Amino acid sequence: MTISLSDIKRVAKLARIEISETDAQQNLSRLSGIFGLIEQMQAVNTHGIKPMSHSQDMVQRLREDVVTETDQHALFQSIAPQVEDGYYLVPKVIE
Amino acid sequence: MLNASLRQLSRLLSDKKISSTELTAGFLSRIKSLNPDLNAFITLDEEKSLNQAKSADAMIAAGRSTPLTGIPIAQKDIFCAKGWLTTCGSRMLSNFISPYDATVVERFDQAGMVNLGKTNMDEFAMGSSNETSYYGPVKNPWDRLAVPGGSSGGSACAVAARLAPAATGSDTGGSIRQPAALCGISGIKPTYGLVSRYGMIAFASSLDQGGPMAKSAEDLALLLNAMVGFDEHDSTSLQREKEDYTKNLTQPVEGLRIGLPKEFFAEGMSSDVSRAVEAALAEYRKLGATFVEISLPNSKLAVPVYYVLAPAEASSNLSRFDGVRYGYRAAQYSNLEDLYARTRAEGFGEEVKRRILIGTYVLSHGYYDAYYLQAQKLRRLIAEDFAKAFEQCDLIMGPTTPTVAFNIGEKCGDPIQMYLSDIYTSAASLAGLPGMSIPVGFGDKNRPTGLHIIGNYFREAQMLNVAHRYQLATNWHELAPPDSGN
Repeated sequence: MTISLSDIKRVAKLARIEISETDAQQNLSRLSGIFGLIEQMQAVNTHGIKPMSHSQDMVQRLREDVVTETDQHALFQSIAPQVEDGYYLVPKVIE
Repeated sequence: MLNASLRQLSRLLSDKKISSTELTAGFLSRIKSLNPDLNAFITLDEEKSLNQAKSADAMIAAGRSTPLTGIPIAQKDIFCAKGWLTTCGSRMLSNFISPYDATVVERFDQAGMVNLGKTNMDEFAMGSSNETSYYGPVKNPWDRLAVPGGSSGGSACAVAARLAPAATGSDTGGSIRQPAALCGISGIKPTYGLVSRYGMIAFASSLDQGGPMAKSAEDLALLLNAMVGFDEHDSTSLQREKEDYTKNLTQPVEGLRIGLPKEFFAEGMSSDVSRAVEAALAEYRKLGATFVEISLPNSKLAVPVYYVLAPAEASSNLSRFDGVRYGYRAAQYSNLEDLYARTRAEGFGEEVKRRILIGTYVLSHGYYDAYYLQAQKLRRLIAEDFAKAFEQCDLIMGPTTPTVAFNIGEKCGDPIQMYLSDIYTSAASLAGLPGMSIPVGFGDKNRPTGLHIIGNYFREAQMLNVAHRYQLATNWHELAPPDSGN
């Protein structure tokens, strides 16, 4: 499978990363090499093998539905790029 | 003092031969003189460190000390520490003062250790040379033309150059073991799930595991005692009975069955590394160990599998960096989409962006089965190879890295060559097994080499014992690089 320039631009858009034409070109050659390495995986027949997502066979732990955190609104917002009246500010979304 | 073990430092502190304040000030002044060239630390905060040292002295005076109280430790900048700049080696977090402590940081604080500063690392732990750091490359203290390895390169450099008696690291595909080997120190990546990931900035969550880096296996055992433990804040933290990792350290290793994977002793390993590893194995033979050839047939696919799974998880984890709640935000943008795209284009470095693109691609519609699912299936085969091998042996040994440290700049333009630095370490990571590296001498250009020890799940105490016996018989771990330098 070969990766194309339009693939690079499409995934950059999906990943919300602005990419210039030059960067896309450069990434194309680097990523093509990396996908060449990744293609080695296709040599093995894995039919019937159960995918392993995690090394520990464990189930999701549940906890009591009680408040465990204290209100740290002000502390957390003190490191935000832009806040006002307790809200995070972003450019206007609805005209 | 610089070459003292943690046990020796602990005794000096409890006997009041030295105070934590003196010890901390001593290391800080050494950092001040050597760090401008080595670049092992991103952030230092003398006042915070000395305040912690004062508290440690008070703990000792009140008779409330632990074996680690008063000893300074350098924290890899992937661990959030309250009130400290925590950058993860990235421009994206270049203004991030953490509002909370990682569990690892909290546990060492509670033990009375002193945070000496935050160490340099590859950006978001993605790298094997420390060259992807936004804060510049770290130099290898044994040869300043060489990389220290990565991603925990700052921590490895700090311990090797005796800027800190111990450090923390994190390991996703080899990030503790590879730099430990290239800098001639000891480091262990415990079984996945033993050390809490809470507050350790996420790269690939099914692989990320914190661990200690220090001069010797004995030091690692003491650090692991404080570091390991259940944490309800980490959903994959394991609930297990507390273990004392120092208790079996001196046990004889007679009769130990060491597995040697034939795939690791094949082409790829350079002759200088091979010589050092063979000499270490000969030492184990003298200590009474026996050897058995084993096979890990699927391990040759560990690097490709790793470079599907880790970027896939990273692309998801790093979506949180959006320029809205914390961290870097682009100065110019026209709308919300543009704010995200420019913030991420400017805040992330090239390697991080490359891995996000790979991860997004392999998870995207139409490619999921061919890449992501196939990689997960191979991950199981890799883990099953280890399970079979451990029916024949107690531990597995081999080289940690295929070569000694390469030069700064040498592999920057070639990501694949860089990725292959983790060829021996990534298989154990995929299986979630514990792995460690100990120094076993020097190769070309007098650069250090490491022996890789892989244990079965939860066999850290045994691995540390086996490493400690070697270190009782040899002195590679006691050697420090010449201070002179540039």
